[in-house]
Amino acid sequence: MSPRISTVGTRMPLVDAHEKVSGRGTFIEDFHFQGMTHARCVRSLHPFAEVLSVDFSDAEKIPGFICGLAPGEPGTARKFGVLPISQDETALPAPYALYSGAIVAAVVCEDEISARKAAALVKVDYQVLKPVLRPKDAMRPTETPLHEVTVGGTNIHKVVEQEFGEVDVAFDGASVTQSGEFVFHGINHGFTEPIGCVAVPEPNGRLSLYSATQVPHYLHMALAKVLEEPMHRIRVYKPLVGGGFGGKSDPFPHEMVASLLARKCGRPVRLMFDRDEVFLNNHGRHPTEYKLSVATAQDGTLLAIDADAEIDGGAWGSFGVVTTYYNGVLTQGPYRMQAFRYAGRRLYTNKPASGAMRGHGAVNARFALETLIDETAEALQIDPFDFREQNALPSNTTTLNQFRITSNGFTECLTQSRKASDWDAKHGKLPTGKGVGLGCGFFISGSGLPIHRTRTPMSTVHLKIDMDGGVTIHSMAADIGQGSDTVLAQCVAEAIGIEMSRCRVLARDSDTAPIDLGSYSSRVTFMAGNAALRAGEAIFRKLQRACSRISGLPAAGFRKGAGETYIHDDDATVRIDFMEALDEALAFNGALISKGVYHAPKLGGTFKGAGAGLSPSYSYQAFVAQVDVDTETGMVRVEKVWAAHDCGKALNLTAVEGQLEGSVHMGIGQALTEEMKYSGGQLINGSLLDYKIPSPLETPEMDILVVESNDPEGPLGAKECGEGALAPIIPAIANAIYDAVGIRMREVPMTPERVLAALDRKAKTDAATASNEAN
Amino acid sequence: MSESPPTTLRLSVNGHTHTVLARHADSLLDVLREQLGLTATKRGCDLGTCGCCLVQIDGEPNLSCLTLAAEVEGQQVISLEGLPDSGRFTPLQDTFAEMGASQCGFCTPGFLLTADAILRDNPTPTRDELRSELSGNLCRCTGFAKILDAIERCASEHRAFRGYADAMRGQA
Repeated sequence: MSPRISTVGTRMPLVDAHEKVSGRGTFIEDFHFQGMTHARCVRSLHPFAEVLSVDFSDAEKIPGFICGLAPGEPGTARKFGVLPISQDETALPAPYALYSGAIVAAVVCEDEISARKAAALVKVDYQVLKPVLRPKDAMRPTETPLHEVTVGGTNIHKVVEQEFGEVDVAFDGASVTQSGEFVFHGINHGFTEPIGCVAVPEPNGRLSLYSATQVPHYLHMALAKVLEEPMHRIRVYKPLVGGGFGGKSDPFPHEMVASLLARKCGRPVRLMFDRDEVFLNNHGRHPTEYKLSVATAQDGTLLAIDADAEIDGGAWGSFGVVTTYYNGVLTQGPYRMQAFRYAGRRLYTNKPASGAMRGHGAVNARFALETLIDETAEALQIDPFDFREQNALPSNTTTLNQFRITSNGFTECLTQSRKASDWDAKHGKLPTGKGVGLGCGFFISGSGLPIHRTRTPMSTVHLKIDMDGGVTIHSMAADIGQGSDTVLAQCVAEAIGIEMSRCRVLARDSDTAPIDLGSYSSRVTFMAGNAALRAGEAIFRKLQRACSRISGLPAAGFRKGAGETYIHDDDATVRIDFMEALDEALAFNGALISKGVYHAPKLGGTFKGAGAGLSPSYSYQAFVAQVDVDTETGMVRVEKVWAAHDCGKALNLTAVEGQLEGSVHMGIGQALTEEMKYSGGQLINGSLLDYKIPSPLETPEMDILVVESNDPEGPLGAKECGEGALAPIIPAIANAIYDAVGIRMREVPMTPERVLAALDRKAKTDAATASNEAN
Repeated sequence: MSESPPTTLRLSVNGHTHTVLARHADSLLDVLREQLGLTATKRGCDLGTCGCCLVQIDGEPNLSCLTLAAEVEGQQVISLEGLPDSGRFTPLQDTFAEMGASQCGFCTPGFLLTADAILRDNPTPTRDELRSELSGNLCRCTGFAKILDAIERCASEHRAFRGYADAMRGQA
């Protein structure tokens, strides 16, 4: 065992944990600036309407009114969006309000209450138009498509069609074919901190935007575009962020509105959302209708899948092109198959936009696949674990669609969750009303392609060490509570061979931080972690040379010894303290600086859409859920979850478990209770009372099983653990419901009403069968 | 709707008496955050559905977004800033930090103040009792597991910090 300092695989607090438990950390609403004003948005009452005019004359009478922002003003119609291929959002209608709740104007006042009053007095004259509310209606040709760029004069945003191998041949030759049509409702991220920002015009003419964002770099680019300013005239500052889960990963209209207002009134403008506005901003999981067929040979070999997804995108593009691909391609693990066909369509409708949410694009498709696999295994009388093990994708292979598979702990996940859950004693054997179910999954560990086709590295980390012996880590990787700052500090400390307490992470300010693409696609540990490791290694090499100068021994022979020391292979008596080596390295040189970068290797095929789902590595999961189903009320209670996840290497066990536990919790919400409900295009449950997130009472005990496959390219062997773990729990619950009461759920969330309806259908079918048999 | 002018309130917050000018409709949350600069108390929903704004009033957990500032005159309000000895961390805070009970940190103040009140009433709560008592606090990051673990650890080691309110009474 190496005696040297290492935190890898240990348990430790997040580097900012005490900032948080003291309540002293600053979130967006905690910022105050001299002369700060308060903005409120005026929101559309109609799902689809042309804004004819905005009248501030009554609002202006409110004492403290400063100014308003209306459609037609400079910048308000300039298009932006997170993807270069879907630049379809605007700060204000141009001139169409595309959903009920869309921002149509804004006011700024001296205080918040005045701003609320003034906003309520703004008169908006609308020409109400017939909205497109159902995806099916969006398929039709129309005179008035919601956006300039759609498919063939319809409201179809994106169409994806892919086929690999001989799908029809596989189905013709299959012994068992299972098919299902699934319905998934929209889900909101439900982070506890509402969205908000403060735009501050600086005395030197620049603009600073403080915002609760997980993508400061994309926000920076979008601001430059909308404000028509060079990027260096804009500064983006990311404070502590109270959860994101994908819901703070687009540049948003309100960020543009606040910035335009600040420029207009020349004063800092704070714009905070109420909770209902967070729901209206949404960009959450897409409502989806998913059709899937699975073909299997008599011996249990998975032959082919044929999938079709109809995805409700809502008013804007957001990440939707990616979502459309992901609903297909993220079925390509963790099983090997011979053929795969996918058709996906994303539709524009007059509802709050859908976008990226934890497990982006994988979750709904995963539910369909894992439940049909359960049915297939039952039809073939093969245990669900055995079926999956038989079809498991091996390590070091390539999928049909050219994903490069390297480290793969899937079969170990199966082994661990089967054993821990005591599956063989429970499956099919528990009393009626109780059951166990298995759900598996895999997920990208960072998108292998950047959103913008540039040569800029995906992650860059800068280090500075001066005579105080502290290491300053500069990065724009966005810590949103998942612990990315901690990962950076850990990688740097490990590379240099020092205590983590020497590290301080400055990952908030675009003026000081090198570019990082941000917190989405589960990319930070893998990509920013590797950049941090490389930056630390560059410092270590400088210290090796300093040690060489001190000792006269060759630099390359120095390695990290016990404590914060460097020892040499050639001479066991040499032991140089970090501070001594640093002092030598600094002499006549000044502060040590270094840089580390990460860019994903070239991956994948050359066909259209080959880039979707590419990742330098993938995580794997096998989860078991045990449920209790009350056949009187339809209530499903998750009693226990066993969650095995291959994260490559757990750099910090506490943080890894926390990510997995949080994912399971969020998945249970989507499985059983969470659903954005609409009536005539109006969101009717935009509060945390009516949109039901599981409380501690509905969240079961979880047995977290961390599987380590030691990824060859991950930083210190690590890969993602933040998103992949959400998907498997939902089908695990559905399969457990089947084990408990014999019903197959096709609509999610699996509410008591839907469970009762399914029980009712089953009772009728059973009665009909019994009657037929009797005849 | 006519509006009454602001009135002067004397509030006891974290053992200090503050004189504030507040409108009748101002919530305790508004006054704590916007007038007294005590921003550890978080605004998550303003509707009493998330628990992020929880404070202790005379030792009992209460939602400051649903409490009018004018209601708490003459009562002892304790927010997370009201530590018995500022600058040090209480055992619950240390344990939350150490065990990963705080991820994004936004819900943390509310959980800490609820946990403190629970342990004062019931020094050895069962896991189910904790789940029930914490059911008004929403956390979207942790799945509650590490929060429950941290409170249980404090309880088992008898290291609960015995209440902000108790400490305040000691000072008074």
